[in-house]
Amino acid sequence: MAASGRPEHQAPPEIFYNETEAAKYTSNTRMIEIQEKLSERALELLALPDDESCYVLDIGCGSGLSGDVLTEADHTWVGIDISSSMLNVAVEREVEGDLILGDMGYGLPFRPGTFDGVISISALQWLCNADKKYHSPAKRMQVFFRTLYAVMRRGSRAVFQLYPENSDQLEMLTQQAMKAGFTGGLVVDFPNSSKAKKIFLCLFCGGQSTALPKGQGTEESSSNTAQMAGRREKRQRTALKSSRNWILEKKERWRRQGRETKPDTQYTGRKRKGHHF
Amino acid sequence: MKLLTHNMLTSNIIKGVSNGFPLGIVANKVEVKDVDFNQSFVLKTLSKVDWNALRQAATQVGHGDGLPEELGEDLKENDDVLKKIHNAMLQVEVVEGELVCPETGRKFPISNGIPNMLLLEHELQ
Repeated sequence: MAASGRPEHQAPPEIFYNETEAAKYTSNTRMIEIQEKLSERALELLALPDDESCYVLDIGCGSGLSGDVLTEADHTWVGIDISSSMLNVAVEREVEGDLILGDMGYGLPFRPGTFDGVISISALQWLCNADKKYHSPAKRMQVFFRTLYAVMRRGSRAVFQLYPENSDQLEMLTQQAMKAGFTGGLVVDFPNSSKAKKIFLCLFCGGQSTALPKGQGTEESSSNTAQMAGRREKRQRTALKSSRNWILEKKERWRRQGRETKPDTQYTGRKRKGHHF
Repeated sequence: MKLLTHNMLTSNIIKGVSNGFPLGIVANKVEVKDVDFNQSFVLKTLSKVDWNALRQAATQVGHGDGLPEELGEDLKENDDVLKKIHNAMLQVEVVEGELVCPETGRKFPISNGIPNMLLLEHELQ
């Protein structure tokens, strides 16, 4: 992909995934293998209950390679994709899932609480593009995540494997997801390898807050998961006003500015005693 | 398109449509495909299914025979009925036809078994 440039820059998805491109997803074994691996990992992160068939939505299902992984795990699935060429390949391959031609940026056309889980392989970055004159990525993301939240069962998860172009895209996507009410964040597998690195956006829909799963190939200490707690973290960074830490920070700041400051002692920030009126 | 999918689809992504359910079905070509029977999945899914809409859709495409008017409490023991529900829900497929928005009358064509839910610019929210 690096050599030929990003597909999002070449053409809109319904044009890019034409018959030639779609054919690759049945003949190119390397591509098939990568898709399968990603789908298996996404399914693992989805953490559906064992020994129970679930109803799963596959966003950007394409030729149904990710769906095959769901079928193997005994789940029933519905796939939505914007490329009719890719969907026709899926029909030819006689996939088990049902297929819908649709644009995720227009919203998901399902009843509330329909799905027990949602997966998406290498599709979400397309949402960051404006392929038509009247497309606004932010607006499309907002509609997408709002309807996604609605169609998911409370307590279920959505796992998106994606290839973001830059950190701004990731930030925009996570921000819009948060706005829609999701919790969760990013899980990064093999963050120190540029080739093996894989990014998953894991979203939790209502229910109790769950800890994010750990990325693969990461050491215990490294922070491979970025929790969606940006706002809270920022607040913690500046100490509570008139607490000892706040006073120490302020004195430090004054010293840096060259202003006259009393030395820090054990009495700094303490309350005065002995006011008995 | 399976009738289970039809039971979950709405047209409420169109601007101004509030409910968009159930979508009308016009079936020009219907096929029945074999799907393994999974009792627990059928039971679990029935809790989400709008039964009236499913029965109506099955009748409309000509596969409504033997479906009960209302779902009884003793479904679990009644494998015969469950298998008929399984057939209507997962085996009957509309291959060619269209879905119709109940509020605006907007038609979504189904071809090669795939409903086309793409919208036009003026229909976007």
